[in-house]
Amino acid sequence: MTFELFIQYLFAGITYGSIYAIVAIGFNIIYNTTGIINFAQGEFVMLGGMISISFLAFMPLPLAILLAVIITMVAGALIEIIFIRWLEAPSVLRMIIITIGISILIREAALFIWGESVRSLPYFIGNEITTIGIFGARISPQVLWVIGSCCVMVLILNLFFRTTSVGREMRACAANRKAAILCGINTRNMVTLSFVLSAGMGAIAGCMMSPITYSQYDIGTGLAIKGFTVAILGGLGNSGGAVAAGLLLGLIEAFSVSVVPLAFQDAISISILLLILFVRPHGLFGSKEAAGLKAF
Amino acid sequence: MIMKRLLFPIALIVILVGVQLVCRWTGTLYYLTQMTMSAYYSLVVIGLCVVMGYAGQISLGHAGFFAIGGYLAAALTTRNLLAFQNTFLVKALGSAGLLASGQDIYGANTLVVTPWAACISAVVIAALIAFLIGIPVLKLKGHYLAMATLGFGIIIYRLVLASTYFGGADGISGVSSFQLLPGLTVSGESSARVQNYYIAWGLVCTGMFLLGNLINSRVGRALRAIHGSEKAAESIGVDIARYKLYSFVLSAVFAAVAGVFLTHYNGSIGPSEASVMKSIRYVAIVAVGGMSHLWGALFMSVILNFLSLRGVFGTYDDAVFGAILILIMLFAPEGILKINLGAKFRAVFSRREE
Repeated sequence: MTFELFIQYLFAGITYGSIYAIVAIGFNIIYNTTGIINFAQGEFVMLGGMISISFLAFMPLPLAILLAVIITMVAGALIEIIFIRWLEAPSVLRMIIITIGISILIREAALFIWGESVRSLPYFIGNEITTIGIFGARISPQVLWVIGSCCVMVLILNLFFRTTSVGREMRACAANRKAAILCGINTRNMVTLSFVLSAGMGAIAGCMMSPITYSQYDIGTGLAIKGFTVAILGGLGNSGGAVAAGLLLGLIEAFSVSVVPLAFQDAISISILLLILFVRPHGLFGSKEAAGLKAF
Repeated sequence: MIMKRLLFPIALIVILVGVQLVCRWTGTLYYLTQMTMSAYYSLVVIGLCVVMGYAGQISLGHAGFFAIGGYLAAALTTRNLLAFQNTFLVKALGSAGLLASGQDIYGANTLVVTPWAACISAVVIAALIAFLIGIPVLKLKGHYLAMATLGFGIIIYRLVLASTYFGGADGISGVSSFQLLPGLTVSGESSARVQNYYIAWGLVCTGMFLLGNLINSRVGRALRAIHGSEKAAESIGVDIARYKLYSFVLSAVFAAVAGVFLTHYNGSIGPSEASVMKSIRYVAIVAVGGMSHLWGALFMSVILNFLSLRGVFGTYDDAVFGAILILIMLFAPEGILKINLGAKFRAVFSRREE
C-alpha cells in the first residue's frame, strides 16, 4: 500500500467514523436520560438528508439544511411525546419493540413520500470532482465538512452539558432520576429534550454526509446498527468513548475494503459488534463495575 | 381438566377441516395456498413464542434460521454435483444413497442431494448454528440481546445476498418437490393443493402438540421461572443457561423446518426471507398473540399472514406490521386477546405522575 493510498483510506475511515460517532452520541444522549436504546436513531439521519433535499428546490442550501434539522427535531419531540412520555415504567423489551416499530413507520412513511430513488444534496463547495491535495492524496472538500461539523457538534454538546443549566439538569437526570425529581427538575421534559437533541444531531449528520454517501429511505437501519456498535465499543453512555470508537470502526471498515470484498463489509462490522458484546460488553473504555450497575 | 386441554386442539382440527370443506364447496380452493404458506410461517411463530413468551428472551434474528433451513434445502437439491462426482465426499454420499440423478429443463444430466437428506442436514446445521450462536448470545440481556440477534440476522442476510452459491439477489429458484412418503409430496402444483394444506397443518399440529406438552412440563415451568426472574430461578436450582439454550435451539429447528418445507412448496427462496423485516414480523405476531400464549400466537399468525399473503395490506404491508407492533406494545402488552379496553382508556386519560 502506498503512502497516498494509506492517506486516502485514512480519510475515508475518519469520514465514516465521525458519522458513526454522531449516531452513537445520539444513542448515548437518549440512553443516559431514559435508559432506552432508541432503535429509530438511524431514521433521524435519513430524515435530515431527505427533508433538506426536498427543500433545496425552493430555497438556498443553508436554509434548507436549517429547516430540515428543525423539522427532524420536532419529529423527535413528537415521537417522544406520543409514544414514550406517558408510559409508566415500561419494560426494556417493550421499549425495544416500540422503538423498532417507530423506525419501521418512519421508514415506510419516507418510502411513501420520497420513493425508492437514491438522492443526494449537492456538494457544499465545488462539485464531485473538486479535490484538495493532502499529503499527496486527493480529498473532496465535503469530507472536511463532515469531519469539521462532527468536531464542532461534539464540542458544542460538551459545552452545553458542562456549562448551561439545562445541560446540567440533563446530566442530573442521567445520574439519578429520582434525585433529579426531588431537586425540582422536570425529568419528563429532559427526556423530550434528549430526543430533540439527538434528532437534531442525527439530522445535521444526515445533511453533511448526503453528498458523499447519498440518501435513501432505508439507510437508517444500517447506520443504527453501526452507531450502536460504536456506542457499545466506546462504553454505553460515554460520549468521549463514542468518538474514539467511531473513528476506530470507520478505519477498520475503510482498511478492510483492501482485504475483503465490499459486499461483506457490513458483515464484518456486525461481527465486530457480536465479538464486543460477547467479550467486552462494557466497551473498550468503560469499566466493568460501572456497567454492572446499569440496567440494559 | 382433560376437556379443557383438548378444547383448543379439537377446535383447531374442526376449523381446519371446515375451512377446507367450505373452500371446496364455494370453489375457492386457491385460498388454501395462502393458508398453507401461513401454516409454515406459523411454525416459526410458535417456536419463537416459546423463546420470547416463556423463556423471556427476545430474538430479532429468527428469519435467519428460516433462511438457513430454506436456503440449504434449496441449494443442496438444485446445485449440480456432477462436476465433483469423482471427489471422495460426493462418492461417499452417492454410495449412501443420498444423491439423486436426473435431468434439468435443458436435458443435461444432474446429480443433486435428495430432498430428505437435504432437509435433515439443513435442520441439523440450523440447530448447530443456533447452539453455537446461542451460547454467547443468550448470556446477554435486554438491548444487548436484541442487538446481537438483530446483528446475527443481518449477517445471514448479507452472506446470502453476497454469495453466488446462494444466488445473490435473485435467490434460488427451480427447487424440486419433496416426496415425504409415496403419495405424499410437498409441491406447489394446484393438483396437490389440498394434500399440501394438510401436510402443512399436520406439521403445525405436531408442533403445537410438542410445544404444548413442553410448556406444561418441568422444562416449561423452568422457562417461565426464568422469564419471571432469572436470579430467583437460578437460586432454586434452575440451570438457566441450559434451558434458555434449549428453547432457542428448539425454536431455530422449528424455523428451519418451516424454511425447508416452504421452499419446496414455493419452488424458490429469495433473500427477502432472511431480511430484518421478516424477523420483526415474527416478533410482531408473537407480541400480538400475547407473548406467552401459544394458541394466541398461532391464531394471530394465521390471520395476519393470510391477510398479508392475500395482499390485503397492499404496499403498506411493512407499515401495517410496524403499526401493529407499536399499538400492541403501547396499549396491550399482554396481547390483543387479553385487552381490557376500559382500564386502558382510563390509563390514557388519567394524569397520574410516576
